[in-house]
Amino acid sequence: MTPAIDVINVSKVYRKYARKRQFATLKSAILDGSLLGDLNPDETFQALKGVSFSVPKGCTYGVIGRNGSGKSTLLKCVAGITRPTQGEVRVDGRISALIELGAGFHPEISGRENIFINGIMLGLTKKDIQRRFDEIVEFAEMQDFIDAPVKTYSSGMYMRLGFAVAVHVDPEVLLVDEVLAVGDQGFTHKCLDKFAEFRRRNKSILLVTHSLDLVEKFCDIAHWLDHGVTKGEGDPKRVVAAYVIDVEDTEENELAKAEATRVAAAAKEVSEARETEITEPSVSSVSGEAASVSSEPSGPKDGFKSDEGRWGTREIEITNVTISGPDREAGHVFQSGDSIQVRMDVSSKEKITDFVFGLGLFNADNVCVYGTNTNLEEFQPTEIDGNGVVTFTVDKLDLVEGTYRLDLAAHKADGYPYDYHRLLYTFRVKSRIRDVGIYRPDHRWSFDGSIKFERS
Amino acid sequence: MATFRNLTALFRYRGLIQTLVVRDLKARYRGSVLGFFWSFFNPLLLLLIYSFVFTQVLVGAHDPNMEPYALFMFCGILPWTWFSSSVLESSNTLIAGGNLIKKVLFPAEVLPIVTVLANMVHFFLGLPVLIGFLIYYQRPVDPLELLWFPVIVLVQLIFTIGLALFLSALTVHFRDLKDLLGNVVQLWFFATPIIYPMLQAPANMRRWLNLNPMTHIMISYQEVLFFPGPHGHWKWLAALGAFSVVVFLAGYFVFDRLRDSFAEEV
Repeated sequence: MTPAIDVINVSKVYRKYARKRQFATLKSAILDGSLLGDLNPDETFQALKGVSFSVPKGCTYGVIGRNGSGKSTLLKCVAGITRPTQGEVRVDGRISALIELGAGFHPEISGRENIFINGIMLGLTKKDIQRRFDEIVEFAEMQDFIDAPVKTYSSGMYMRLGFAVAVHVDPEVLLVDEVLAVGDQGFTHKCLDKFAEFRRRNKSILLVTHSLDLVEKFCDIAHWLDHGVTKGEGDPKRVVAAYVIDVEDTEENELAKAEATRVAAAAKEVSEARETEITEPSVSSVSGEAASVSSEPSGPKDGFKSDEGRWGTREIEITNVTISGPDREAGHVFQSGDSIQVRMDVSSKEKITDFVFGLGLFNADNVCVYGTNTNLEEFQPTEIDGNGVVTFTVDKLDLVEGTYRLDLAAHKADGYPYDYHRLLYTFRVKSRIRDVGIYRPDHRWSFDGSIKFERS
Repeated sequence: MATFRNLTALFRYRGLIQTLVVRDLKARYRGSVLGFFWSFFNPLLLLLIYSFVFTQVLVGAHDPNMEPYALFMFCGILPWTWFSSSVLESSNTLIAGGNLIKKVLFPAEVLPIVTVLANMVHFFLGLPVLIGFLIYYQRPVDPLELLWFPVIVLVQLIFTIGLALFLSALTVHFRDLKDLLGNVVQLWFFATPIIYPMLQAPANMRRWLNLNPMTHIMISYQEVLFFPGPHGHWKWLAALGAFSVVVFLAGYFVFDRLRDSFAEEV
């Protein structure tokens, strides 16, 4: 059996609109003599590099990948909207592309007339549309507005109508580009039902999406694109898992890079300049200035800088900080429920007897999730002289998914700062469960009586 | 040949073209109070201006045999309006329809063709006014000669579509063409015997005017509708017909060559 879609070694090169080509005019083309000139390699961008795959009939095929990985270009090549620079795309049967819904609607004329025009554009005859008209209108939930001009529609109505027409074209191959976010839950379910119906009737769907759940639940095969190259293809669960790990790795690298820059910048700052601003002990004072994540200071009430930074006399210095996960390797992305360790290397130039180590944990909204220090937990300092290591261990990091930032500090019991690292360290918590809030208490559900669940 | 295959596909799009022409006309009149009146308002206004200039200001500037001069001018202005609006609008049509080209598998050549056809319908809607003028001035038109009329329309249609295809494709790459065209069309208007008869043009200019395809289309209209006697210009018209087919094929060829770039450049 011939596959529904056959993509053979497809590459696509786009022209990059650099400098002079951006406002191409006839005049400039004639002056440059570039009317028929070839493109220099530095003016091009390769969106797809030798991608091959085939979609068997009746298969739902999901394409995932980061922004800019070439997913939409691939879809456009399959749809025939753009032609691949190299390679070949073969499609068996009528295509309907849900790339942009209602792309052909004319705002001045009624929904009814637009259904006809759109249907004809998608390859139906007038009679076909007549036959399916009521079904389309009903599917789009537009009975009351079908004779109003399309310009009066809300964007949701517009998309729903576009979707309804496109799926009622009765294609052999349906191309879907991230368009399921149209309308309420009910409508989304209807769309999914429609897709399921397609599958039952042995039609093929090529789906481009960022919704990994959808791919796992819905697709028979997943295809992972990265910078125009196939990174993986096959069982959706496996491909999605590999993709997720890759995304985490990238985030990890980005966080590490950002943190290194921040720490380096903070280290340069002259610590004495900040001294006068500090009036209170560290942890209790940082309770939640609504500082933006960026660097603009937000006018703290008591002169306390809630901005990221570093200050202190450095009589005790925090020389290095690492955050590590269960594998005890430094990292920036952890799973909720992992154990993590925050390790501070400290050193003092002379013998000091009054010192406190503190730690504050903030979420992305700059809400203090937790704060503590050795003083609050009634450790009596005796002395520090030279180098030392402070380790703060959380056996089970019960946080919801999100980005968190850390304050670390060494100071006197009265707040006099030795070395204060404000929001310099960032890590991300990942979770398979999409729960919300700040804190995830250790919990479980139990059900009795006639309540039955099935775990997916 | 791929171009030829695409060309035959054009025939399959007739349903689509028809629907889009109707949509175009509906959409244009939907939002306006005067509705179909606009179809002939523009040529009428042009006529009014030139009538005023030639009968009130430049009295005696034209041959007395050319009365009624307003009718003579209207024979040319009406089809010229079809031509000029088609050319001007088609240069923008691909950019305006960018959504279709970028997001839907859509035969782009349909767009300029629809523009020309929609303007042709406007032209037809203006014809009753012309007939009204003919009756008002009691100018009998030879019914046999009137058989030429559809032929002239066809030649103009093919020529205009060819030009529209060429210009619409080129404007995608060179946006300034749109602005340039406004001036070119205006110049073209005066370089065509519409508000003056060919015979009144200086002899040394006539050679150049003969190179202008629109000259022969306009003279043909004038011969059929205004000048008494048989249609003596048919040889020119036949030659122009052949030339129009060449223009159409050339326009289509350029369009087809540039087609792949539309989705990226629009």
